Amino acid sequence: MTKLYDLDLVTLHEKLTTKEISATELTKATFDRIKETEANIDAFLTLNEEKAMQKAAELDQAGITSDQPLAGIPIGIKDNIVTKDLRTTAASKILANFEPIYDATVMNKVYQAGLIPVGKLNMDEFAMGGSTENSYFKTTKNAWDQTKVPGGSSGGSAAAVAAGQIPVSLGSDTGGSIRQPAGFNGIVGMKPTYGRVSRFGLIAFASSLDQIGTLTRNVKDNALALNAISGYDKKDGTSANLAVPDFTAGLTGAIKGMRIGVPKEFMGEGIQKEVREAVEKAVITFKELGAIVEEISLPHSKYGVAVYYIIASSEASSNLQRFDGIRYGYRSENVKNLEDVYVNSRTEGFGMEVKRRIMLGTFSLSAGYYDAYFKKAGQVRSLIKQDFDRAFEKYDLIIGPTSPTVAYGLGENINDPITMYMSDILTIPVNLAGVPGMSIPCGFAAGLPVGLQIIGKHFDEATMYKAAYAFEQATDFHQQKPTILGGIAE
Amino acid sequence: MNFETVIGLEVHVELNTNSKIFSPTPAHFGAEPNSNTNIIDWSYPGVLPVMNERALEFGMKAALALNCQISQLTHFDRKNYFYPDNPKAYQISQFDEPIGHDGWIEIEVEGKKKKIRIERVHLEEDAGKNIHGSAGYSYVDLNRQGTPLIEIVSEADMRSPEEAYAYLEAVRSVIQFTGVSDVKMEEGSMRCDANISLRPYGQEAFGTKTELKNLNSLSFVKKGLAFEEKRQARVLLSGGVIDQETRRYDEATAETLLMRVKEGSSDYRYFPEPDIPKFEISNKWIEKIRASLPELPQERRQRYRDQLGLPEYDAMVLTLTKEMSDFFEATLENGADAKQASNWLMGEVSGYLNSEKMELGATKLTPNNLAGMIQLIADGTISSKIAKKVFKELIENGGDAKEVVEAKGLVQLSDPAQLLPLINEVLDQNQQSIDDFKNGKDRAVGFLVGQIMKATKGKANPGVLNQLLKVELEKR
Repeated sequence: MTKLYDLDLVTLHEKLTTKEISATELTKATFDRIKETEANIDAFLTLNEEKAMQKAAELDQAGITSDQPLAGIPIGIKDNIVTKDLRTTAASKILANFEPIYDATVMNKVYQAGLIPVGKLNMDEFAMGGSTENSYFKTTKNAWDQTKVPGGSSGGSAAAVAAGQIPVSLGSDTGGSIRQPAGFNGIVGMKPTYGRVSRFGLIAFASSLDQIGTLTRNVKDNALALNAISGYDKKDGTSANLAVPDFTAGLTGAIKGMRIGVPKEFMGEGIQKEVREAVEKAVITFKELGAIVEEISLPHSKYGVAVYYIIASSEASSNLQRFDGIRYGYRSENVKNLEDVYVNSRTEGFGMEVKRRIMLGTFSLSAGYYDAYFKKAGQVRSLIKQDFDRAFEKYDLIIGPTSPTVAYGLGENINDPITMYMSDILTIPVNLAGVPGMSIPCGFAAGLPVGLQIIGKHFDEATMYKAAYAFEQATDFHQQKPTILGGIAE
Repeated sequence: MNFETVIGLEVHVELNTNSKIFSPTPAHFGAEPNSNTNIIDWSYPGVLPVMNERALEFGMKAALALNCQISQLTHFDRKNYFYPDNPKAYQISQFDEPIGHDGWIEIEVEGKKKKIRIERVHLEEDAGKNIHGSAGYSYVDLNRQGTPLIEIVSEADMRSPEEAYAYLEAVRSVIQFTGVSDVKMEEGSMRCDANISLRPYGQEAFGTKTELKNLNSLSFVKKGLAFEEKRQARVLLSGGVIDQETRRYDEATAETLLMRVKEGSSDYRYFPEPDIPKFEISNKWIEKIRASLPELPQERRQRYRDQLGLPEYDAMVLTLTKEMSDFFEATLENGADAKQASNWLMGEVSGYLNSEKMELGATKLTPNNLAGMIQLIADGTISSKIAKKVFKELIENGGDAKEVVEAKGLVQLSDPAQLLPLINEVLDQNQQSIDDFKNGKDRAVGFLVGQIMKATKGKANPGVLNQLLKVELEKR
């Protein structure tokens, strides 16, 4: 028998509108499933059980109608998205007891859609990392192999969805933080175009790169969720004042004539053999579907990691200065004067990786180094953007692997930041260019999922979903379910 | 060795927009600490600044009024530093693309006109305030945090404290006329830091400068600079060197005191503010703002000279503040003669305001009643001397000039039928003066006029009185 936690959003919606199940039952089943599996996955930092049950009861009372496709659906929220009266930590000691007094714009949209937030999901501290091992609180495990990392920084968001704890979650992606964990966990993760989703209420890591996105188990679910959270927000000066199309509209499976480029830089050295093979098979699938797939070049993408770690760290060094122990968050007890409040609160409150990036960014912005680092990085960023602009003159989409490897072992790279940073080499250029990118499952290597990255034009997520849906219909990777020791997904 | 003084000023002006520059909170303070604040002003996790376009327009308006070029592509930058009144630990300011640049303003000192160049006008947010309490605790009030400011940076073009004073007066007047700020130094809506250095005459390179702070009025700026000018000269003449330092003006002693020595320049790690997109300012937008500029002091001054025939000095004094200039124009609209109105405003009115430390708007004087009073002088109803009594009544209690004159019985005696008996009475009692007059002592006339004035309680029309007295004296 199929369990509720395996169902897609369309089926759940049907069952809710026909009253085959109630929102209360679905929410209850969700918490049951979380409790059953959480000891193995460790995806959640905070559960929102009481309020979620209350919300479900309210929805049941009001009745769920067919024009509310997401009403009554449980959702998990990455813990760097600010939630009113619900602890929001960014997985940092410095915000360990922080209860916000406002909701992020995406949360208002979540509530408007009738989605039920069931809890806050683990992540790398302040979204800095690719394995969720930088969380102050705990280490989340890969849904497919609990000795492997779930990826990061949205590791909780990805593992929880893959493990069937929740059908949909929100994550954030600054350099690959949605796509890479989605790939590692064999699910669909979308980083929309910069400006598509409001950042108001997202605890900033790197303001010019951060974007909130959606993680689900299939493409249509993802499109439905992105429909709900997209749109212009006057509280975010960088959000785009553009109409949002219905992202489910083009999900026909027909992609004949679509032009797809495969960057040779994404398929060369450093890419695990099995990953490359899975992507090569995906290329064949797309060709069989009638797409025209050709090799292209993104010549400057190889500088992406270097550029990213300068720009993102510089912005972070400034964004994280507000955590000074004065108005909210952790304040050191060990203080005699103002300087102590600043230094000791931050020294005790931030983790190693966060400090590393603050130092890197502070250095890059310092007088005498600014031109050689921050300014130069900005110039190279423009070249990377131009690479994409040029490619998109000829192609509708770009595809390649999401990550050079499948999920690696817990603790394997934690003391090797360079290896860790290099694993974002295929996702980072997308953030630097501000274009949308997603990861969908495209195969397995030694039992671990391989992610296929699909990159689209600015504000053209619709074409990405269209292609992803066609691929999904032609393959069965998304139907594979991980075995969770606490209980077996059927 | 004689020194030339070199002064440059940095002036901060608060813009009087309704809401703050990057948050929707009201930009009014003086309220309960932290009452005009929200999550953006507190720099809560996750919040974002959003540009108040009104502040951008006010900044453009000020920059245009100061003859600046407008940067058609302008953006904001982050200036990073930790301080409790700076809750983001960065101030959103403008570094390399200020809204306005390369402007100038004309000043006049001792009849000599001079253009002072303005390097830049940029927009930024104000910080909050730290309040130091007793028992070792300090408190932060963020009401002021996010108030829009413009910083007007002059070139080091001023050569004396008097020129600095004139520059500040001119800047204040121009900004006040644009209406974007009330520019009150005493209330902090205009603030000034002054950089001053000395160099031997003929030397091209600037000497080492000091920066003066806590200059809370125009005259403190002048006094502080004058003190610093002398202090630096003394140091240099005694063979010493000037340290690059920040000095605080002490109002009580009129001296400058060392605050801190600058060790190199602070590293604020400026970088472009990623949360606020660049602004492209079209020519159309610039022209729209330019067209919305009111008549500025310079233009009014010229009009007062050319069309109203006022002396240069009058035109200058009347346009120092918009309030005075507007009052003057309204007085003319109410029928007053321009020179008469100017004399009253520059004389009695200014004197009263200075001695009472009041502002014109706080008094009961109106353009209407001032014009009415000037009219009564012109038609001979009251003398200029009596007018001073009427003026005092009008400025303190208000009312209509004519009614005041009538109610207080201050109407001038001009009727010979009323004056002649009084004149003859005085003459009868002062034979000695008549004799003196006959013997050619003109001073006797003055004495007699005084006596008659005394008898009429000052109400005799002096012109008529003099005429009648002469005739009566001849008769004796």
